[in-house]
Amino acid sequence: MEEDEDDKLEKKLLLMGRSGSGKSSMRSMIFSNYSAFDTRRLGATIDVEHSHLRFLGNMTLNLWDCGGQDVFMDNYFTNQKDHIFKMVQVLIHVFDVESKSINKDIEIFIKALTNLQKYSPGAKIFVLLHKMDLVQIDKREELFTIMMDKLQKISNPYQFKLIGFPTSIWDESLYKAWSQIVCSLIPNMNLLNNNLLKLNQILDSEEIILFEKSTFLVISSTASIQQQNLDSLESTHITPNEELDPKRFAKISSIIKTYKQSITKLRSNFTNLIIRGSKGAHFYIDVLTDNMFIMIVLRDNTGKEGNDSSNQPQHEELLILNNIKSARKWFEKIENSGGV
Amino acid sequence: MKKSKCNMKKTLACVQECKKLVVLSYEHKENKLTVSIKLPSHYTVQDIDTQTMEATLLPNPKDTNATILLMGLRRGGKSSICKVVFHNMQPLDTLYLESTSKPTTEQFSSLIDLSVMELPGQLNYFEPNYDSERLFSSIGALVYVIDSQDEYLNALTNLSMIIEFAYKVNPKINIEVLIHKIDGLSEDYRMDAQRDIMQRTGDELLDLGLEGVQVSFYLTSIFDHSIYEAFSRIVQKLIPELPSLENMLDNLVQHSSIDKVFLFDVNSKIYVATDSSPVDIQTYEVCAEFIDITIDLDDLYVENDDDDDNNTKQPRELRSVSHLSQGSILYLKQMIRGLALVALIKNEDARSLPGNNDNDFDQKLQSNSAVQDKSLTIIDYNINLFKKALMRMWEHSRFVPVESNNN
Repeated sequence: MEEDEDDKLEKKLLLMGRSGSGKSSMRSMIFSNYSAFDTRRLGATIDVEHSHLRFLGNMTLNLWDCGGQDVFMDNYFTNQKDHIFKMVQVLIHVFDVESKSINKDIEIFIKALTNLQKYSPGAKIFVLLHKMDLVQIDKREELFTIMMDKLQKISNPYQFKLIGFPTSIWDESLYKAWSQIVCSLIPNMNLLNNNLLKLNQILDSEEIILFEKSTFLVISSTASIQQQNLDSLESTHITPNEELDPKRFAKISSIIKTYKQSITKLRSNFTNLIIRGSKGAHFYIDVLTDNMFIMIVLRDNTGKEGNDSSNQPQHEELLILNNIKSARKWFEKIENSGGV
Repeated sequence: MKKSKCNMKKTLACVQECKKLVVLSYEHKENKLTVSIKLPSHYTVQDIDTQTMEATLLPNPKDTNATILLMGLRRGGKSSICKVVFHNMQPLDTLYLESTSKPTTEQFSSLIDLSVMELPGQLNYFEPNYDSERLFSSIGALVYVIDSQDEYLNALTNLSMIIEFAYKVNPKINIEVLIHKIDGLSEDYRMDAQRDIMQRTGDELLDLGLEGVQVSFYLTSIFDHSIYEAFSRIVQKLIPELPSLENMLDNLVQHSSIDKVFLFDVNSKIYVATDSSPVDIQTYEVCAEFIDITIDLDDLYVENDDDDDNNTKQPRELRSVSHLSQGSILYLKQMIRGLALVALIKNEDARSLPGNNDNDFDQKLQSNSAVQDKSLTIIDYNINLFKKALMRMWEHSRFVPVESNNN
């Protein structure tokens, strides 16, 4: 009972890993709009830095960024262990792939697992193999599988199932990893997905993507839902647009974040963005709920000669915006029913 | 077709350098070689400098291109400016640029065709065998770059010498001085440096008896938008249609409740025209970045189907609208010749409405958005008209190049 209540109100995320592995850098990039370049300015984290983040209305993420120097680490595993490891929903353990003392890294990982099993056995564990950009491109995948196999073997005795991501702050992999971490915390994901598919059917769009408002992490998208269905059903449905850039979600996130930053010069924020593209794709980015942005991509399949009627696009725009407005109610309902 | 004399090796080097040249004939007499080469119509070959083995291509005075000449002492930042403004290089990457050793020319096509020519600082322009006269008579703007972080007295002497010469050859030349690399100076010191440089240049020119020469000064840095701003103004002076363009934009602003409008060159983010209200650098930055964001998003969803050829042949007009939370609207529309019109539309009503309670406010917001939608339609219509006007204006202003004769 007690755990249920906590489940809907607050989520405790532990961010752990050795000193210098890049924990604070990734936190600043995802939650504080730092660019990869800006993270150079960050110093070492002393003890634990807490950040609180409202996420999707009634959910609060408490991110504990645990400084990785040995002094603090020893402290976490001895004096503070019940304080740190109690009621953890998610452990995000960061490994530096270029680390020189892997044994030490693993030792700490084992200690964290031991404590976690004792204090919050239900926690999900994500492993980020970070600074992947330093590894040669053709060796990345191999290294990743070897490392993950090894780590999974280590954690088997503790009954934890690891989910791993190769990441780097210099490309989109970081956004992807964090998107999935955060999505794993959303309780009514299926309902959200179903509604999204329905909306997609009504609008007959190329793609719909949902973003979280403050971080612009991808919450859901029609392409990924279709992909999931495909994986689970093994059916021969329509293959989702494979020719599109697979990294596009993260790119959109970063483009929109740049835009948000740019707009602050006018002391403002944006409510929507409508682009009639030069290549036949039209974009609608609009507020969906208090915590979500929606992006709809439409492809202009209708007559290529129908361009001159300048009135028509205006109507279409209003129609789409109205559709988004109507969809707003449904998504708000899902959001408010959130933790129940 | 022009003739130039030089020896064999140099000719080959010269021809290799500019692959566009077509060798028509050559004859070998007394260790001298006469080569006839066909040049792109707007070039002539200057006699090749025998000491440095360098051939220089100079734009023909009859050329339709407006030419900007970049000069300044070495390591002043000329190449970096070129790369950042016209090639979208990241400012930090300019650290790795090599020193320029030869004069270089680059062509850009915007509203007007533009040539940017860069002369390395270590070259002595006043050597007798260097045809400075032709050089200066053919250019529209002389841009002199001064490194403000360095000792600039030498540069100022050099500058006034060049101004004296250039003004004599071509009194119509625009002289622009960039006080460059100001990012390294503190806020207070910038103004001091500018005042000092202006004062000294004025004195030097006075000594040379050149009182009436107009010299414009700009504080610039490649790490912010000041360099774009400076180049915008420099380029604008070279556009003969500028007054009518500004007039058209003023008209547009008046009738469409637009706060500020820019006509941007999409590639370089230079604005070739704006309405006559003063430019606020932040509005400029937001508008320039809005272009980037629109284009980046547009490029993401490109289908690489080959059978869709007829689709790619006729790219549609790019248009992007963004409503901001304080009621204003950012508006972008693609124009002709790589230009885009970006406007900031202010909604005065939105701010003057006091919302007593939530419900009331909501209603007003709704009626407001309806008003906005209507006004957007009008703005759309007006901007379409502007585009048509721009197209017609361009048709008429296009300069028909005179057929070059083999005199």
